[in-house]
Amino acid sequence: MNWGSWQNFLAMGGYGLYVWGSYAVTLIVLVAEIVALITRRRGVIEHLAKYYAARRRNHETEA
Amino acid sequence: MSKSGRFSWFYFSSPQSFYPLAGTLQPWFAALAVILCAVGLYISFFVAPTDAQQGESYRIIFIHVPAAWMSMFLYLVMGFWSGVGLVFNTRLSSMVATALAPTGALFTFIALWTGALWGKPTWGTWWVWDARLTSELILLFLYIGFMALQAAIDDQRRADKAGAVLALVGVINVPIIYFSVKWWSTLHQGASVSMTGAPTMAKTMLLGMLIMALGFWMYSIAATLARVRCVILERERHTDWVAAEIGAQT
Repeated sequence: MNWGSWQNFLAMGGYGLYVWGSYAVTLIVLVAEIVALITRRRGVIEHLAKYYAARRRNHETEA
Repeated sequence: MSKSGRFSWFYFSSPQSFYPLAGTLQPWFAALAVILCAVGLYISFFVAPTDAQQGESYRIIFIHVPAAWMSMFLYLVMGFWSGVGLVFNTRLSSMVATALAPTGALFTFIALWTGALWGKPTWGTWWVWDARLTSELILLFLYIGFMALQAAIDDQRRADKAGAVLALVGVINVPIIYFSVKWWSTLHQGASVSMTGAPTMAKTMLLGMLIMALGFWMYSIAATLARVRCVILERERHTDWVAAEIGAQT
């Protein structure tokens, strides 16, 4: 498939809005999931670190 | 590997031993996903020819069909692990089911979105309430319902059980989606790939679609593994090994 020019490639034979609208939203959604997963992992580690620190403090005050 | 030194599937059914395995495998599946999607996209846009009937609008097929396949396949996998968790009371199975749901919902959304953008130029409408589209929308609601139900119940075991029942009942929707184009008259075209009939697509079109499907599959595994690791840490926080793991990470 030879598109000839960037204009032709982006135009997608007049269906550019539909084709690129599909691919763009797919990309955005997948990237959003990846970012959400990275953020979630950081959040879980941060939250649990605080949770264990609090638990340790409680043990120390009890003893 | 069990204590006796032999490989055992039961060994990896414990969250503690599955957590590092998932961490080791995850980057490989992510890398495979990137490679397959890059090759798939190249074929989709630079190798596959223009469609004789639909022109260039058909190129949406390279994400639409793989996303629709993944939406149904992931639901079946989620139903399977929910069922295993329900019957054998294995915690890891339920965690995997929980981790699959968001990625499944996401591919369902992509299938619906790209379907609407493909429907407009081909049928002249974004949406019709026909069997294929409606049952796929119900699939999205099933995924969302599963996640909402699990999130709404505080007791983890009860949440797993309730979610598993919902997931299993919902499995009936998957064959309905798949065969809807045969059972009812619909605007939607028939199956893109048939195991029995003669091939209806150009070979390069089919190849692009299959490679994209493999790419989405590998992506789903990578995303699910990453998510199940978070779920394991959250749910097993009372154990010493998670405390040690967090200690090593911070």
